[in-house]
Amino acid sequence: MTVVARLTDVSRIYPPRAGHAAVHALGPLSMELRAGEFFSVVGPSGCGKSTLLDVLSGLAPPSQGTVEFEGKPVAGVVPEGVGVVFQEDASFPWLPVEDNVAFGLRRQGMDAAEIKRRADFAIGFMGLNDFRRAYPSQLSGGMRQRVCIARTLVLQPRLILLDEPFGALDQQTRLLMGDELLRLWRETSATVMLITHALDEANLLSDRIGVMSARPGRFIDVVETGWPRDRDSRLAERPDFGAVTSKLWSLLRTESMRALGQGAVAAQ
Amino acid sequence: MSKAGLIRLVVLVAFFGAVEALCRTGVISPKLVIAPTAMVEAMVNMLASGEMNDDIRQTLSSVGIAMGLSIVGGFALGCVLYWAPPLRRTFDPFLAAYYSLPHFAFYPLLIVIFGLGSLPLIVLATLFAMVAMILATLTGLDRIPRVLIKTARMQRLSLLAEIWHIRLPAAAPHLFSGLKLAVTYSFIGVIAGEFIVSTSGLGHQIAFAYDNFDNRTMYGLILFVLCIAIVFNLLVFAYERRLARQRGL
Repeated sequence: MTVVARLTDVSRIYPPRAGHAAVHALGPLSMELRAGEFFSVVGPSGCGKSTLLDVLSGLAPPSQGTVEFEGKPVAGVVPEGVGVVFQEDASFPWLPVEDNVAFGLRRQGMDAAEIKRRADFAIGFMGLNDFRRAYPSQLSGGMRQRVCIARTLVLQPRLILLDEPFGALDQQTRLLMGDELLRLWRETSATVMLITHALDEANLLSDRIGVMSARPGRFIDVVETGWPRDRDSRLAERPDFGAVTSKLWSLLRTESMRALGQGAVAAQ
Repeated sequence: MSKAGLIRLVVLVAFFGAVEALCRTGVISPKLVIAPTAMVEAMVNMLASGEMNDDIRQTLSSVGIAMGLSIVGGFALGCVLYWAPPLRRTFDPFLAAYYSLPHFAFYPLLIVIFGLGSLPLIVLATLFAMVAMILATLTGLDRIPRVLIKTARMQRLSLLAEIWHIRLPAAAPHLFSGLKLAVTYSFIGVIAGEFIVSTSGLGHQIAFAYDNFDNRTMYGLILFVLCIAIVFNLLVFAYERRLARQRGL
């Protein structure tokens, strides 16, 4: 089995700043992402999920340990082949949808015909055909997130990292976006890592789910779902679906309570 | 025309109609205010005669230079302060308190340093306008959402590309507010400065006419200054609307 990305004994410690002690946000933890899998990370709030994504993508260097993507070390620079979709709206308000989507390709100086071909595909794939000339301000939150996904998709990443991309969306939209994410994963055969706080969502979408402890985040367990590759939100109707969610919750319950305690202490 | 625009027009027409009527019937003494139509007439005659052309040219070129200096310089200084936090912490209190200073009180000092003529006025107006641009530049750069910077890094942009393609457009609305203030403050700085000690320029001519009880010239000039300011503001407003439309707003 090919490993796409590997973290070895990685920790991330935020140095002390005026009036604040150093924060040990993550690790030490080790993990591997297998080529073509859909991996989700769940964990109590504040456990360092986003920090994990930052370190894995190269947006932030690890304080200790090593990060590899396709066998090459990653340190503080996002490697070619890695695409990230963030929780917050990252669409560019000054560009219409099609220019938002084509943004990365234009910066690479690719020829116009190829840019158009790829952007057309991504726009069509994310169902944005009717909104090509629209500006983000004219779109709903869900549509803007699609724009951001399309903008990442055109770069044809081999590893796609998503940081709670549907966090701000309502439940129905989330389910539909989850289905689209599965379709994207199947058709691009990219490896996907999704950070989420929704246990159902992690269960539904993933091949494997990494369950993290309260801060400093480590993996308590990695749950294999065993779902077929060709799946969608109707998976939730299966009788064994609930068992996986229950298992995730039983792993997380004490950790989440610990995290709540940390929050209460931090708030004092 | 929108409903608000219609009401605005009615209010303006009613106001000037009333002033016109009060002046023509002698209720308002011509020593105080002359009729609006007389103001227009005075302005047209003044422009047609060309007697004020040198003053107009001098004032507008001073305003133009002050505008350019304060916008370009304010933006550049804002960028420097943004990328040098210790420097910024040093100057923050000065910037915050800047507009509580009576700038025009320093005009005599500027004359001593720069001599009579346009230079002290340009310096005064630039000092007055530039800090608005510095503050707007800082606000604009501060308010760029962090996620856009992360996106730039995910897109593997060079620093230059990040600034040009992400930071500047993201900061543009704030930069534009700074630009608007710099334009207005340059006008105020030059014309108000001319009022005080200058020997030429539109501000001086208004003060000169006032001193000589020459109400026709004074109101003609005031109307002309008002017209220039309105035209400038309309141009800036139209450009701003265009930018907003480009963002689908």
